[in-house]
Amino acid sequence: MLEFINFYLLPGLVLGCIYTLGAIGVSLLFGIMRFAHFAHGDMMTLGAYLALAVVAVTGWPTITAIPLAMLGTAAAAIFIDRFAYRPFRASPTIIIVIASFGVALMVRSVIQIGWGLEIESYATGIQRPLIFFDSLRLSKNHIQILVSTVLLVTAMHYFLSRTKTGKAMRAMSDDPDLARITGIDTERVVTWTWIIGAGLAAAAGVFVGMDTQLNTFMGWNLLLPVFAAAILGGIGRPYGAIAGGMVIGLAEELSTYPWITDAPLLSPGYKTGVAFGIMIILLIWRPSGLFRGRVF
Amino acid sequence: MTLLEATGMTGGYGEMDILDSVHMSVDKGEIVSIIGPNGAGKSTAMKAIFGIVHLRQGRVIFDGDDITNAATQTQVQRGMAYVPQERNIFPNLSVHENLEMGAFSRNDDITASLDHVYELFPPLREKMRQPAGELSGGQRQMVAIGRALMVTPKLLMLDEPTAGLSPKFMAEIFDRIIAVNSTGIGILMVEQNARQALEISHRGYVLATGRNRFTDAGANLLANEEVTKSFLGG
Repeated sequence: MLEFINFYLLPGLVLGCIYTLGAIGVSLLFGIMRFAHFAHGDMMTLGAYLALAVVAVTGWPTITAIPLAMLGTAAAAIFIDRFAYRPFRASPTIIIVIASFGVALMVRSVIQIGWGLEIESYATGIQRPLIFFDSLRLSKNHIQILVSTVLLVTAMHYFLSRTKTGKAMRAMSDDPDLARITGIDTERVVTWTWIIGAGLAAAAGVFVGMDTQLNTFMGWNLLLPVFAAAILGGIGRPYGAIAGGMVIGLAEELSTYPWITDAPLLSPGYKTGVAFGIMIILLIWRPSGLFRGRVF
Repeated sequence: MTLLEATGMTGGYGEMDILDSVHMSVDKGEIVSIIGPNGAGKSTAMKAIFGIVHLRQGRVIFDGDDITNAATQTQVQRGMAYVPQERNIFPNLSVHENLEMGAFSRNDDITASLDHVYELFPPLREKMRQPAGELSGGQRQMVAIGRALMVTPKLLMLDEPTAGLSPKFMAEIFDRIIAVNSTGIGILMVEQNARQALEISHRGYVLATGRNRFTDAGANLLANEEVTKSFLGG
């Protein structure tokens, strides 16, 4: 039982947090700008490397570098939006989708030029887990990731449900044409969507780096499960993305638990396949995702 | 005093002109109806005034400013509110949030406006926390009109406000339109229920195939045999 919690359930929750934070951004961006943002994974990578730079320069603990990494990534996203996406606002969706592929390559290349291709990590040396009740092993990183994710998601909920701009984001996600007729400043809403989406992506990227290591493909490799989580939750619905992210994260980790025999149910190499298996089954059962109804 | 003056409006979607030199005016505090058969360009004329349909020729003057083909957002700030026929509410937002969004372009205190809308449409106060998409057709229409009133407009433009409503709700909406008008807000509406609309209108425009056919006081149009025979079904 404890082995299950320590090595499967907790890592599954941590992975779920990372997918959740990525999927919220994908879902919000889709709801408001109506396109699949394929550079989202590389936004995560950018956030992770910005935090690495902050840690290297200041020597702060990684967790305290997150706000700066989020700000930097949000600023980069707004800048990218101006030159790469805004010219295509009125164009067919496929053009902006392809543009986001181009942006993904550019962002990754810039990171590779800046930091090189070697694997990096925030902290060196062995990190001892904290042991509770003699047997519950919690790594400090995992606690930080879980608590930070709860704080970030709560902040997002507050923003979407209480602030004027957050409500306008939901309004625009409901009906962009009506939002314009109503007099909502749609460009301001788009800017805030980038701030939230890229900020959460940056946090997710830092968490990946804290949980494992940093390499320049880390975000790109996460793109597929993040999209699976967003689609599972019902794309365009940020609250659905939380459920989608948790389901995919937990399922990936729990699929390697020796449920039946002493051997893992599935070899860890198939983890990503699990995400897709779930997504396909759910899409057949419920084509509009888990939360087709009102989720906001 | 003239609030809105549109002259020689010619334009439409893409290459095709739908409007052929249409003119239209609304005085301060007036209710004006646009009636006519399907495809006459009634909704298009209204959208052209609001700036969502591009005008190739003609001029739209609102409150002394030339607003021909102006950006939507500036129209709202000038005091024009437009309620489309369909998709005129945010279904996932609560009734209250829909009204708040109506006031997005305002930075002052909106409490008085909210109270005013809730007084005008009491059923909305009871359902203020409910998602607008769960309301009945008549109540949705109230949300849509209420949302438009939140900008404290000088001119309220309504595209078929009673479409698809039961006679009871239709009468209620017309009644509310009169109440809105009595606060000094000019009303321009497109209506299929032409007879009822003309009854409450100061003036009416009859459009057919994108042109002005008749313009007269509402009562006079109802008394005009040619109008009743061709456009009001006898």
